[in-house]
Amino acid sequence: MAHSVRRDAPELPDFSLLKRLARDQLIYLLEQLPGKKDLFIEADLMSPLDRIANVTTLKEHEVDKLYKVEHKSIVSTSDQLCFLIRPRIQTVKWICDVVNADKAVGKFRRYKVIFCPQKFYACETLLEEQGIIGDVTTDEWSFYLLPLDDDIISLELPEFFRDNFLEGDQRWVRTAGSALHLLHSLYGPFSKVYGIGRCSKMAYESWREQVKEGEQRVRQADIGNVFLIDRDVDLVTPLCSQVVYEGLVDDIFRIKCGCVEFGPDVTSSDKSMKVMLNSQDKVFNEIRNEHFSQVFGFLSQKARNLQTAYDKRSGMDIKQMKTFVSEELKGLKKEHRLLSLHIGASESMMKKKTKQDFQEMLKTEHSLLEGFEIRECISFIEEHINRQVILFSGLLPKDYRSLKAQYLQSYGVDHLLTFSNLKQLGLLVEQQPGETLTVMESRVGKLVNDKTAGKLTDAFSSLAKKSNFRALSRRLNLVPKSDEEYDLRVPRDMAYIFSGAYIPLSCKLIEQVLERDGWTGLEEVTRMINGHEFAVTAGSNGSDPRGRSDAQRIILVMFLGGCTYSEISALRFLGKEKGYKFVVVTTAITNSARVLESMLDNHA
Amino acid sequence: MSLMIRGKPDDDEYWNSSKFKAFTFDDEDDDFTRLKESKRAVNSILVEDEDEEDEVEKVNWSGEPVGSISWSVKETASNIRSTGEVRDLSFPKIDTAPSLPKNSSGYSLSSLFKGKAKTGSLQSFSESFSEQSLRNYAPELRKPKSEYKDYISDWTPEETVKRMQQGKAYSLEKFHFLQDKLLLLDEAVNAHDGNVITAVLIFLKKSLSKEILFRELIAREIALRHYIHYLKEMGEHKHLVELFKSLGRTEDMALMQYRDHLNIKDENRRRDFLKNCLSLPFSQEDATHVLDHYTLLERQIIIEANDKHVESSSQADIFKKYPRKASILNMPIITTLYYSCFYHYGESEGTYSSPANIRKTFRISDKQFLLTCLGARAKLKAWFDVDALFTTKNWLGYTKKRSPIGFHRIVDILHKNNAPVQVLQEYVNLVEDTEQKISLAQKYKCHDVIINTYRDLKDRQLLIGYREKVERSSPEYRKIEELLCNSQIRWKN
Repeated sequence: MAHSVRRDAPELPDFSLLKRLARDQLIYLLEQLPGKKDLFIEADLMSPLDRIANVTTLKEHEVDKLYKVEHKSIVSTSDQLCFLIRPRIQTVKWICDVVNADKAVGKFRRYKVIFCPQKFYACETLLEEQGIIGDVTTDEWSFYLLPLDDDIISLELPEFFRDNFLEGDQRWVRTAGSALHLLHSLYGPFSKVYGIGRCSKMAYESWREQVKEGEQRVRQADIGNVFLIDRDVDLVTPLCSQVVYEGLVDDIFRIKCGCVEFGPDVTSSDKSMKVMLNSQDKVFNEIRNEHFSQVFGFLSQKARNLQTAYDKRSGMDIKQMKTFVSEELKGLKKEHRLLSLHIGASESMMKKKTKQDFQEMLKTEHSLLEGFEIRECISFIEEHINRQVILFSGLLPKDYRSLKAQYLQSYGVDHLLTFSNLKQLGLLVEQQPGETLTVMESRVGKLVNDKTAGKLTDAFSSLAKKSNFRALSRRLNLVPKSDEEYDLRVPRDMAYIFSGAYIPLSCKLIEQVLERDGWTGLEEVTRMINGHEFAVTAGSNGSDPRGRSDAQRIILVMFLGGCTYSEISALRFLGKEKGYKFVVVTTAITNSARVLESMLDNHA
Repeated sequence: MSLMIRGKPDDDEYWNSSKFKAFTFDDEDDDFTRLKESKRAVNSILVEDEDEEDEVEKVNWSGEPVGSISWSVKETASNIRSTGEVRDLSFPKIDTAPSLPKNSSGYSLSSLFKGKAKTGSLQSFSESFSEQSLRNYAPELRKPKSEYKDYISDWTPEETVKRMQQGKAYSLEKFHFLQDKLLLLDEAVNAHDGNVITAVLIFLKKSLSKEILFRELIAREIALRHYIHYLKEMGEHKHLVELFKSLGRTEDMALMQYRDHLNIKDENRRRDFLKNCLSLPFSQEDATHVLDHYTLLERQIIIEANDKHVESSSQADIFKKYPRKASILNMPIITTLYYSCFYHYGESEGTYSSPANIRKTFRISDKQFLLTCLGARAKLKAWFDVDALFTTKNWLGYTKKRSPIGFHRIVDILHKNNAPVQVLQEYVNLVEDTEQKISLAQKYKCHDVIINTYRDLKDRQLLIGYREKVERSSPEYRKIEELLCNSQIRWKN
């Protein structure tokens, strides 16, 4: 990247230990089941499992056949079945059906259910009610944390968002606490914890309890500071279209567990290819945090360099050529392959975005963020609903009813249920009559005087804050005001991730709190967020407050409810500016499509 | 660049006041050209043995080499919790949630009476016994010796919740008094562990009548939400409906019941179900939508039956030429309208399948109707119908083209449906803003529009410039030549 980088940034700790721990525990669990067995794996556990183990590992521990959990009747002939699943009622119901079907035909097998990352009582109760405890034994695989990259760790729990913020179910709070506890044990002790949001506060408490129960061995801290943040503190950012390379790739191709599948249009061949996207990919590593408009220039330059490197061959004698082949050629070819992939991806994204009126959409989003031209924006959204092009994500003022009606006409009346969810989450809110229209409110939705808010107190109170977006944005300078052009080649602040139009609220809060070493001076902001903010320091005879100075500059940011690649890019930028290193821990990687999909309710 | 297209005055205001440099995805953009060149360059570099597929990391089951499993789980575990020196690293407790309504008189009494514990599903008895302190003196005095083994414990609600969180053996059976049950629930809520809250709720569901449970949940919002979520996941809709009813949340109840239609596959049964839904207490607004839903499905069933018959008996050409890809059942209103504009265009308003009838029944806005209709007719290349959509006659009989949406949008839609240049340029001409018109005309190669616009602007220089872009000896070229020689035109440059 072009901008200056502070050289004293500390090294990140090695998180591969987390993978080893998870793998060892899985092996231990499999060894508890001697003999051949068939393994059924929950669909969304397959990729995480892929990252830490492989078929050989499983085969070595007498796993015979592998199946994906598909909620259909099974064909296995093995007399021992093992299910590796998330603790979900639906999946457990299916297992009950499988077991009872076997019983009905007099087939005897042994069944083991391994819940990942933990059991829930509701699941066990179901097994009990179905009369199959005994036939079925259960276990837990405490695989909480999957490192996706040097600085990203995911809990791979996308349902955290809906369960916690929509349904008000706190089942994952302790999970978050346990994850934090694991990190604290391996990379702590932490000396400071900052946080904002109700769930963050609860996760902090859960972690603190677990620390109290266990014993901490003495070690030198790798990570000094922790910042916990609830996703519903900032729902605007994940709903924005992403324009940083990695975020854009996620929006368009959907990165799954750090891996993306590029179709034939990208690979310029007849087959799709799965590619890992992380810092190991040298080309990707250089463009992932760049605004998309800067990527072309970089790739072109890279292509020219590559050509030059290949061209060197022409004037070589045999000996030089031999050295070239043994030392450089392999690297060059690898780079070549990566380069053509990313060029292909850029090209394909460009085509798709041109088709979709992306320009108009960005313009609409930016206007909504700035608070201009609300009328234009609404008609744009309206037109898209009419054309059944996009699922709109904005929050609409007095036109709410009309838009809702048009939306239902276009996408099906079933979406009444989705609307009810969006409303409950505070993403979509209708204005109360008599209020003047304020613009930002329309984007994030406002709950303000909503009558239901009074009734559903606690879990809802966090939503009232959203009406304050405009004031918040002014207070924190989220929408830069200067009239000069924003040069995306030399970003001057985190706003570059949204073309200079908006600094993500989440990241701005983190920046401010770290700068002030707490929430002092941000009282008005936290009041507007209604934030449950806190900042705590370890007890006096805890770790040396100065600690290792490096550790104090490594900051673990935990997003409860998911974070986007754009936010990660923004934090990386902030880290470079201030000499920090951020480690992002998230319940899942999210984006606007995933946030909205989690609200859909039009399927049986 | 598309940014320069000035649609409405508001647009200018927006872009002028905007400080960030927006970028564009336009094809014409330099960057894109550059990218294309790079792509060509990279792809043209010849490299020997292309077959080293392994260079790009692929993710599959055999991807990673097997790592050495030297660490046993026990070893790693002991690393985490070694019994070495323990330092006080404690963090302060922070006030988390609504305070627990303490009611101490509740359990002090009950703790004197030890109920018999059923030996149900509890996993490890031995554990619970070994950990048990000698607190059961009082009951032991009262119980016959043979029952000793039946006791589980004497844990307080707080201890019980803690044990549940830690996955240790516990028993809820001794919580007989309502007071105790509620204290247990409040304690679980206070521990912020949704898993335990739900476990306690399952126990309460089994041991309290609905009326009592619902009554107590009203005052306990967090527990209530866990309960609702649990019932949803278990699919206990009847129970949930009762709960909503007793809470007075009638709209939630209505939506809950309405939701069940998703489980009904048979369209006739689904229609009847929706009909029954009409009487549910929806909000006024939602009631309209549900009525629409019912009406829509009712008509779709009629249309489907009819069209299926017509299609199979090859009565109408349109079905032969464009066979239906899917049934129209359960499609959204707009899709149904599109379908009707596609297969039933021109039918009189009296028939259910006619566009006019659908438009009226479902109160479809002019814009939406136009866009849908335009899409369908353009797909069929029925340019005459497209033309008629925009044509209005005034009282003198003059015709004029009008549209509730900008003509630049119309042009985009027509282009996406492969409209020929002759059709396109008619609509490009209707775009009011000159700059936008020129840019569209260039994009879609409507030479006549460009040439005429430059002529009307009396801009000789632009015309000369454009002459270079068209092919020599083409009709466009000749037209430009003629204009440039025309001495009648007073050029401004």
